[in-house]
Amino acid sequence: MSDKRAQCLTGKGVTKVFGLGDKKTVAVDHVDFDFREGEIISIVGESGSGKTTLSKMLLGLISVSEGEVLFQGKPRDISNGQKKKEYWKGIQAIFQDPFSSYNTFNKIDSVLLDCINMRGGKNLPYEEKFQMMREACSFVNLEFKELTNKYPFELSGGQMQRLMIARIFLLKPKILLADEPTSMIDACSRATILDMLLKLRDEINMTIIFITHDIGLAYYISDSVYIMEHGKFVEHGKAEDVILHPKASYTQRLINDVPKIYEEWDLSTV
Amino acid sequence: MKNTLRQVFHSPKFVIGFVIFAALLLTTIIYPLVVAADPLEMVGNGNFFKPGTYVSVKDSVEGTHYTLNIDVKSGSLDSKISAEDKESMKEWLTKFGGVAEADINLEDVEGLIGLWEANYSESADQPGLTASRKKYFARLNKNIDGILADSDLILARENPDTGELEESATIGSNEFVNTKDVANRRTFILGTDNFGRDVLTELVDATKTSLRVGLIAGVVATIVGLFLGLISGYVGGVVDDLIMFITNLFTVIPSFVLLILISYSVGQNARGVNLVAIIIGLTSWTWTTRSVRSQVISLRNRDHVNLSKLSGHSMMRIVLTDILPYLASYVVMAFILQISSGILAEAQLSMLGLGPSTSTTATLGLMMNWATLYAAPLNGSWWAYFPVVITIALIAFSLNLMNTGLDQVFNPQLRD
Repeated sequence: MSDKRAQCLTGKGVTKVFGLGDKKTVAVDHVDFDFREGEIISIVGESGSGKTTLSKMLLGLISVSEGEVLFQGKPRDISNGQKKKEYWKGIQAIFQDPFSSYNTFNKIDSVLLDCINMRGGKNLPYEEKFQMMREACSFVNLEFKELTNKYPFELSGGQMQRLMIARIFLLKPKILLADEPTSMIDACSRATILDMLLKLRDEINMTIIFITHDIGLAYYISDSVYIMEHGKFVEHGKAEDVILHPKASYTQRLINDVPKIYEEWDLSTV
Repeated sequence: MKNTLRQVFHSPKFVIGFVIFAALLLTTIIYPLVVAADPLEMVGNGNFFKPGTYVSVKDSVEGTHYTLNIDVKSGSLDSKISAEDKESMKEWLTKFGGVAEADINLEDVEGLIGLWEANYSESADQPGLTASRKKYFARLNKNIDGILADSDLILARENPDTGELEESATIGSNEFVNTKDVANRRTFILGTDNFGRDVLTELVDATKTSLRVGLIAGVVATIVGLFLGLISGYVGGVVDDLIMFITNLFTVIPSFVLLILISYSVGQNARGVNLVAIIIGLTSWTWTTRSVRSQVISLRNRDHVNLSKLSGHSMMRIVLTDILPYLASYVVMAFILQISSGILAEAQLSMLGLGPSTSTTATLGLMMNWATLYAAPLNGSWWAYFPVVITIALIAFSLNLMNTGLDQVFNPQLRD
C-alpha cells in the first residue's frame, strides 16, 4: 500500500449490529481500513461474511452502529438529504444483480438523464445532454440510438451492467463500490465489464472498491486485498502478498477452494 | 402497461366479473333514463303488492267486452282454492264423508268439488275437530258455492239527482276484456314494497346509491391505508412503531363494532349516505395499511431503490416512482375488495337500522331493513328482499371475481 496517495475512504472501528438482546447479530465487527485514491481494493469473503453490509455502510444507505468513516480525510456528514446527495456525488455503486437494479417503470433515457442532472447539468440544452448520453453509451460499447425509449428489462444482463458503467461514466464519482458486479454474468461479458471498469478507473482516476467472493478475480484485478471472515478483516495487504503468501488460515482455505478447473480454463484462454 | 391490460382482459375470471359489474353499473345509469318515475314514489296504497300487471277495474268494466266460449269455472276454482284447501277437503272427505282415499284425485279439481258437494254437510258429526276448524270448513264450503253459482254481476251507478242506484250494465261470467284496451295499467315486475313503492325502480336506485357508498368507502380506505402504509413501511423506526400501534389497535377492535358505535353516536339526523360511506372507509383501512407496509418494507431494500437514492432523488420521489408503481396492481386489488366490503358493511349497518337515515334515497341495506321490519319474509313477500339479496351477492361476487382474476395475472404462481 503506497502511503503517498491521498486518503480516500478511511474507517475506524466500523461496526454494524442488527437486532437487540438475544437476537443480536454483529454483521460487521470493528473493522479498520484505509483506501487510497486511485487504488483498486478487493474485499473478499464468503457469503454472510458481512461484505454487502459493509458496502451499504460505506455508501451511507444504512447507518453505522459504531465507529467512524472518513471521506477524503474528513469525517463524513450524511445527516440530512442534501448532505447525502452531496456525498453520493463522490461515491457511487454498481450492484450485483443487474435485473433488479433498475426501476422497470423508467426508461433508459431517464436513468441516464438523472445522472446528468445530478452532476448539475439540469439546465443544459437537450442536444448537449443527448451528446453526453451518446458518449457514455459508446464508452461501454452500446449504441444510444438503439437504447432510447427502451426499458431496462428489454436488455440482456451484460448490457444492463454496461449501462450501469455508463451511469458511472456520467457521474464521475471519486469512489466506485462494485458489489460483485460480474457474479450474475457469463464469463465473456465478465471480462468485458472488468476491462471497462479498469478503463474507467484510468480515465477519471477513480478508486474502485471491488466486493467479491472470487479470490482469483481479486488477484487478477486489485492492488490491495482485504479478506473478511465473520464481519472482521482477518488479513489485508498488497494483492500479491496476501494471495501468494497467505498468513491467515481462512485465506488459505479460500485459495484452496478455488476450483482447479478454473485454473485450466484460465490458462487455456488467457 | 398495455400488455398488462391485455393480459388482464384475457383472464376469464376477471372478464366474467367485469361483465357482471359493468352490466349492473350500466343498468343503474340507463334505467333512470328510460323510467323517469321517482324511485321513492309511493304508488301502491298498501303493503307488498305481488309482481304483475295491474289494470284499472273501472276501465275494464267500462271498456269493450268480448264474449269468449271458454270454461271459466275450473280456472276460477284453480286460482281460488289453494293446495292447502284441497288437502283439507281431502282430509274431511276421508274422515267424515266416508269417501275412500283412492277415489280422491287432487289434480282433478272438478272431481274433487263434485265429491265435496255430494258429501259435505255442515251439520255432520265431526268428532275431534276444533270449533275454528269446523268454521273453516263451513267457510270453504260457502266459498265454493259462491264460485259455482253462475250468476251475472250487475253494475249500478248512483243517480246524482235522486241518490238512487240505477243498473248500468250486467257482466256475465264469459265476458272478457282485451288488456290492450285498458287505458290505465301499470306493470310492477318486482311488485311493490311495504310503502307501496315499485321495487324494481327502487332497487335500481338503491344499487346506484350502494355502489356510490362502496366507491367512497373504498377510496377513503385505500387512500388512508396506502398513505399510512407507505409512510410506515418506508420511514420505519418510531414512525413505523406509532402507525403500527394505531393500526393494530384498529385491527384488534372489530371494525364492525366500531362502525356501529360511530354510526350510533353520529346520530339519526346527521347520518347521510356520504357520511356513512366515509365512516365505513375510516374503519376499514387497517388491512390495506398492513399489507402495503409489508410490501414497502420488502421493496425499500431493493437495489433499484438504492440506485434511486444514489441518484439523489428525494424521499417523495422515491416513494412515488420507485415504490408506488410496484404496488399499483396490489393497491388496485385491495381497492376492489374495499368497494365490495364497503357495500356489504353498509348493508349490514342498515339491516341494524344504523345505516343512512334518509327518506330521499334508498340503499340496498335500507331496502332489506324495511322488508325485515314489515315482516316480508314471514308473509311470503319474497319480491321485497330476494332481488336485493341477489343484487348484493352479484356485486360482491363480480368484484371478488375481478380481484381473483387480477391476482392470477399479477401472481403467475396462482394461475391454474
